[in-house]
Amino acid sequence: MKQLRKLLLLLLLLSLVAGCAAPVSAPAPSAGEAPAAGEMPYAGVTLRLVGANHPWQVAITPLLADFEAQTGIKVNFEALGEDQLNQKLTTEFTAGNSDIDVFMQRPLQEARVMQLNGWYEDLTNCVSDPDYDFADFADGAVGTTTVNGVLTGVPIVTEQEVLYYRKDLLEAAGLEVPKTLDELKAAAEILTDRDNEMYGFVARGQRSPLVTQFSSFLYSMGGDWFDENRQATINTPEALAAIDLYGTLLREYGPPGVLNMSWPQAVAIFAQGNAALYTDASSIYSNMLDPEKSAVADKTGVAVFPAGPAGSIMYNVTSWGLSMHSGSRNKEAACEFIKWATSKEIVSKTQGEGAVPGARESVWASPAGSAAFPADWVEAVAASANGRGYDRPLVIAVTQARDIIGGAVTVAIEGGDYVAAANDANAQFQALLDSEQ
Amino acid sequence: MITRFFDRHQRWLFPAPAVIFIVVMMIFPLGFTLWNSFSGWSLTAGRPNTFIGPQNYVDMMRDARFWNAVLNTFYFTALAMVIELALGVAMALLIDAKDYPGKRVVTSLLLLPMMATPVAVAMVWLLMFEPTAGVINFVFGQIGLPKQLWIAGSSSVIPSLVLVDVWEWTPLITLIVLAGLAGLPSEPFEAARVDGASYWQTLWRVTLPMLLPTISVAGLLRFIDCIKTFDIIYGMTGGGPGFSSETLNIYTYNQAFYYFNFGYASSLLVIFFTIVTGVSLLVAYSRRRLEV
Repeated sequence: MKQLRKLLLLLLLLSLVAGCAAPVSAPAPSAGEAPAAGEMPYAGVTLRLVGANHPWQVAITPLLADFEAQTGIKVNFEALGEDQLNQKLTTEFTAGNSDIDVFMQRPLQEARVMQLNGWYEDLTNCVSDPDYDFADFADGAVGTTTVNGVLTGVPIVTEQEVLYYRKDLLEAAGLEVPKTLDELKAAAEILTDRDNEMYGFVARGQRSPLVTQFSSFLYSMGGDWFDENRQATINTPEALAAIDLYGTLLREYGPPGVLNMSWPQAVAIFAQGNAALYTDASSIYSNMLDPEKSAVADKTGVAVFPAGPAGSIMYNVTSWGLSMHSGSRNKEAACEFIKWATSKEIVSKTQGEGAVPGARESVWASPAGSAAFPADWVEAVAASANGRGYDRPLVIAVTQARDIIGGAVTVAIEGGDYVAAANDANAQFQALLDSEQ
Repeated sequence: MITRFFDRHQRWLFPAPAVIFIVVMMIFPLGFTLWNSFSGWSLTAGRPNTFIGPQNYVDMMRDARFWNAVLNTFYFTALAMVIELALGVAMALLIDAKDYPGKRVVTSLLLLPMMATPVAVAMVWLLMFEPTAGVINFVFGQIGLPKQLWIAGSSSVIPSLVLVDVWEWTPLITLIVLAGLAGLPSEPFEAARVDGASYWQTLWRVTLPMLLPTISVAGLLRFIDCIKTFDIIYGMTGGGPGFSSETLNIYTYNQAFYYFNFGYASSLLVIFFTIVTGVSLLVAYSRRRLEV
């Protein structure tokens, strides 16, 4: 009896050992039969790429098969909504041991906090290959993704704030395309006809999303988020004028319910033909200019952001970058992928055919690079080249800062005491700035 | 050998899975949250979860957004509870008043709103509340009522959210009260009839007092759910416009998953947990008093 039990135990142990050994021995043959190691050093590697539901993801996905064929690297692309993406990355990275290799990031929103927590692999060495030509990327764009000397990502999408307008309505009212913020306000007033649900102006009114599109108003009125001594400047006369202007435009000439609008809702109002003027990011133009998505596609024009007392100072930012996780177990393969996805060849495809505005100057310089975009859009974007490289305060706790500032702007939109709200926001923002010293 | 081991330790071996489950899934998270609430853990400040004492609680007392959230939470909960209890009990009494064909169909229909996913409910109401294109303002316009801002106005947002909660959860109260009504003895009602009591007298003096334990259970269940409401508020307003509908739950979520201040968010949760437990104990205690 005891003998039998021992035998059984032995068998059990053996089967356990065999069970463990099986997966270990499995990859061995595939490694052995790779004679072309020189050409495909990373064949068989699987990369986990986490990104956003974004036109760039739509443009790159059909091209992934080429990369897989060229390198033998398998790429799994997981696409999520923007907020979910941020939460997924943060939770996985915080929990540690994440097997994410490459991810899409919004440098202005999250690069500082992620760099602080050491989640980025510095890409400086990865992009140093002369054939890759990293110098081709616009300086401003690279500056955005560089945090404390660490290259946190390669810029893949750029955007500027522009003015979308209804050509037919302006023409019927005998108005020129607004070149200054004063003209914008005057035109919005003339074009508003509430009884017929026609609104002169629409833009984002939701607390946090509005901050980025409010930024160009703030800059053009002569304001900024904070000065060179890290003193908050949300309640300076310039900032108050900008808050008042943005609030007045949306309160007096905007659609009802604007406080709950981010860009999808604002675009919907414009694309249905209920608004005449709309300031938002250049990257969302197809929602208004594509006849399949918009009822006013043939009547919509794009112009450069109107000038305020300080001139026409819009943001011109890198909205998305491609980054490598510092905990990646396939860093060389991940670097290969990042270089491929941001190479001249691929960017000219994602930009030229996929209409995703990239950051490579050589692609913009070639006629094919702007062929996919409407002519007035290209003009407006080119005129925004000297815009500011940030559309939100450059702090670590960006979301918190956006809530503080956006909260004050919503008070102005509702017609409340925005001066008190701005003073209050300024104090809170100052406390946040001080805590990050 | 193994059998003997099992025989000897039956007493604690059998409940062990349940005990382990409770410790891992309930006690550990609670304890960890409590520990975090005394830590400065924050990704945005680059601080690990090291002990900093009651600093988070001190900060909280000075945090205007915290007090705004407390106010919003109680405003929402109180308004929703009063309307749901009144409507729910009234509906139950109406349904129970008489026998009529299709009575069971009515009770089954009541279940429908509760079976819908809250996020889906939020999306549907979001479209209906839309000030320009929404169906509610369209109907208001047709019958000559002024159009409302609903969830887009800072003073109308919480009543509008309460409306959604009332639509979805009043039937729960109705069903619980219906079950309570079915369980009442018939003798007191017969006695009341013999004594010549009117319908309203019977209702106030006999039915409602006897129903009180049932109503208080229904109220307690709704209270716990109401104060913790997250899905419909997050799905419809995200706490906006501005901060007008930011309840404690939404504020905690923002602190944790948007600002990444895990320590501060934990201390908010501890306070939240204390409030819910405190009120629940109070209701349970007063129930015992009432029943005596």
